[in-house]
Amino acid sequence: MSIDSVSNAEATPDVDLPFAELGLKDDEYGRIREILGRRPTSCELAMYSVMWSEHCSYKSSRKHLRQFGEKVPPQAREILLVGMGENAGVVDIGQGYAVTFKAESHNHPSYVEPYQGAATGVGGIVRDILTMGARPVGVMDSLRFGPADAPDTHRVLPGVVAGIGGYGNCLGLPNVGGEVAFDPSYYGNPLVNALSVGVMRTDGIKLATAPGPGNKVILFGARTGGDGIGGASVLASATFEAEGERKRPAVQVGDPFAEKVLIECCLEIFAEDLVAGIQDLGAAGLSCATSELASAGTGGMRVVLDTVPLRDPTLAPEEILMSESQERMCAIVEPAKVQRFMEICAKWDVTATVIGEVTDSGRLQIFWRDELVVDVPPRTVAHEGPVYDRPIARPADLDALNADDASALARPSSAPELRETLLRLVSSPNLADKSWVTDQYDRYVLGNTALAMPDDAGVIRVDETTNLGIALALDGNGRYTRLDPYAGAQLALAEAYRNVAASGARPVAITDCLNFGSPEDPEVMWQFTEAIRGIADGCFTLGIPVTGGNVSFYNQTGSTPINPTPVVGVLGVIDDVARRLSIGFKADGDEIYLLGETHDEFGGSEWAHVVHAHLGGRPPAVDLAAEQRLAGLLVEAAARRALASAHDISDGGLAQALVESCLRGGVGAAVTLAGDPFVALFSESSARAVVSVSKADAEGFSQLASQHGVALTRLGVVGGSELEVAGQFAVPLADLRAASTGVFPAIFG
Amino acid sequence: MTARIGVVTFPGSLDDRDALRAANAVGAQAVSLWHKDPSLHDVDAVVLPGGFSYGDYLRCGAISRFSPVMETVISAARDGLPVLGICNGFQVLCEAHLLPGALTRNSHLHFRCKDQALRIENNRTAWTSGYDLGARVVIPVKNGEGLYVADAHTLDALEAEGRIVARYIEGSPNGSMRDIAGVTNEAGNVVGLMPHPEHAIDPLTGPSADGLAFFTSVLKSLVAA
Repeated sequence: MSIDSVSNAEATPDVDLPFAELGLKDDEYGRIREILGRRPTSCELAMYSVMWSEHCSYKSSRKHLRQFGEKVPPQAREILLVGMGENAGVVDIGQGYAVTFKAESHNHPSYVEPYQGAATGVGGIVRDILTMGARPVGVMDSLRFGPADAPDTHRVLPGVVAGIGGYGNCLGLPNVGGEVAFDPSYYGNPLVNALSVGVMRTDGIKLATAPGPGNKVILFGARTGGDGIGGASVLASATFEAEGERKRPAVQVGDPFAEKVLIECCLEIFAEDLVAGIQDLGAAGLSCATSELASAGTGGMRVVLDTVPLRDPTLAPEEILMSESQERMCAIVEPAKVQRFMEICAKWDVTATVIGEVTDSGRLQIFWRDELVVDVPPRTVAHEGPVYDRPIARPADLDALNADDASALARPSSAPELRETLLRLVSSPNLADKSWVTDQYDRYVLGNTALAMPDDAGVIRVDETTNLGIALALDGNGRYTRLDPYAGAQLALAEAYRNVAASGARPVAITDCLNFGSPEDPEVMWQFTEAIRGIADGCFTLGIPVTGGNVSFYNQTGSTPINPTPVVGVLGVIDDVARRLSIGFKADGDEIYLLGETHDEFGGSEWAHVVHAHLGGRPPAVDLAAEQRLAGLLVEAAARRALASAHDISDGGLAQALVESCLRGGVGAAVTLAGDPFVALFSESSARAVVSVSKADAEGFSQLASQHGVALTRLGVVGGSELEVAGQFAVPLADLRAASTGVFPAIFG
Repeated sequence: MTARIGVVTFPGSLDDRDALRAANAVGAQAVSLWHKDPSLHDVDAVVLPGGFSYGDYLRCGAISRFSPVMETVISAARDGLPVLGICNGFQVLCEAHLLPGALTRNSHLHFRCKDQALRIENNRTAWTSGYDLGARVVIPVKNGEGLYVADAHTLDALEAEGRIVARYIEGSPNGSMRDIAGVTNEAGNVVGLMPHPEHAIDPLTGPSADGLAFFTSVLKSLVAA
């Protein structure tokens, strides 16, 4: 077996390497040769191919993502401790605490192998949070599937939910919210987006950097195996024909117990200030960790690959470099601190190995069996990959789609029809009760969960003495974005922002997960650029910075892309978690108010989708100034304890919000609607919420609303055991509950 | 001088910090115990917390039962030390044969997290003396393997001797035999419970404060002793 060393590469310049099979284009391969001044070794090719992939290099999106850095609201300077580009952004929440949070997609693995795909999605995002120096304190997930009753959804959804639960529960992280939605466009390509959040002291932030020549590079955590290698097997078998064809699982396999131990081990190491830099091993494994650490530090690193502890001793060096085995971390440690570092790893039975050291050579040099197999400038691997300016074209069908307005659809006109429509929507999979899913997640562990699903946001206590806490909401709407990606992305942002405010927390920052079709399709690329522009402009207007996120392209079935689906996670701060607001109505006699203005807006609505299987027209109008006024009102009212409940109005309109507030509180309501009752009940106009207020607080709240410039309409009172719409219909709570809670068990068992 | 309540951390323990918080909340001195350290550090009672010790990869609780600290806990429990096993801790106690029976996969095969109504069936144990007999309490239950099983003879004996500590009411979350949520040993000092009283100590972070009495009960029995 020969080793394709650097000297061998120099001696055999004409050897053909399977760069195309590894996903590199001719000109990309040419550039690698130019950088190195020779052909790459097979190990170098492995590193470049995986680091220059769309997933790792953001080569199609980078040009557009710059907007997030250019349209930074002035508020960002006050609260952003670490911005985009690190593993996750870090936000100052006061009292010496910093919060880091990020969402990431694991769509394709979750389709291939739902349980492990979703499980390792959770594991990966939690390691990103841990890497920043934070204790992970919660997770959330945004899930999208094909139609609920479609056969493959029965394979994918239960596996995904069990995987998220199996990993997150075993990790001891409360799952505090998220979303589950269905649409035919996700049938061959479900979306599994996971968010994690962590807390640290502001002086405890860690970065992915390798400073200081002589400092040791320590790989710790799980041993390296052959999982998640994907394309590298091609390379290995091409180079080492004698070993024959290798079949490796393309989807990584998670071990949540190993990650739980790794978390505790890392936190103890951080507490003793033993690392100069740290990076988790996720996509592209050691290739990514070594090249990113080296390029952010002194600039050079020397690694002896033979020292990497292996689960499978037959792995080739290319495979070791590309392996995506989970639950691994790479730390940079001063020599004097190595012993203590190793002691803590031993305490937790975590395998830790010095695999190299930082150098000032400006080169990343990797050795295998005493031969130099990689000798590259690390920045060329990690940061200087290709950047594409992909062609952009507004979808040819968009005008026709926008012209196909929902106003032409037949509407319920009689009271019995309205009642029937309400029940049909309540029992549709997108709006039905999700406890079949969320009951599979532990929401109590760590003992700081002040609010969780089905409330509007997850609220987590950060400080047990002062009651300082955070709120998180994660939202998206692919139908709106299909109709208008700029507005749709802003509506996702506005919904998550509103949800956080409805819980009583002040929105301060966002993360996003951008799920789109192929960037090589100009129409998809147009959707993508419009959505980014929408989020960047929206965040600038709302005064909340983008802290980081993730782009997932190639979400399509055949050549049909998914509905473009930007999912936005908003972080809020709440000074006293005891003042958080649930969506549930509380007490008989409380007054119910609608906040905001309702217009006749049904484009992309849940009603059009469920009743008419229709997608056309325009999504609801975006009014970010109105969102800001509404949020300002909700946050101040919550802080003054002026509200009994608050619930954002979104999918399904006021009707769905009322049903959810009744069911959550276990109490009925009687409301009177002005104007067209169909529009009042089912329109999805944005910047609205439904709140309940005790009689004693009603007058004061009404004044507060007027001070904030928020339209307030009295709807009725809390009480009884049915939802009654005066002059129209009444439905017993028991019927609503049965309609809502029966759906998932009936479909998924 | 207040009592010292120790909480064992195994690799993979998850609710250890919650149990320590609950012990502190009732005024006990909470003491963290480490699985590799056989010393109980003079604690007056021990909680084996929830979680997935050793990943529960072999069988829930099967490996933890052999840890150095458990050797000490087992012999101290036989001498009367109050021990409460919660969820994974209950599984460890069964594996250690301090309690009869076993906990197996839920009948519906899913992990389930739920605010569960229970009836306190025995208020003479070290951990339940603060409850009224027959009290209805709401405490979270969250597990994948919480279905209590034992042979009919054992179940009959448990019933006859009043050793069923708590039963699920208003619907079983897991299909446990005879709706058993918790049992005690003959002496009443060792209690195993699937629901999580440490998650029900404050309505801010749990469904109720109904779980607090597990911790006040043991504190009272220790201070009285």
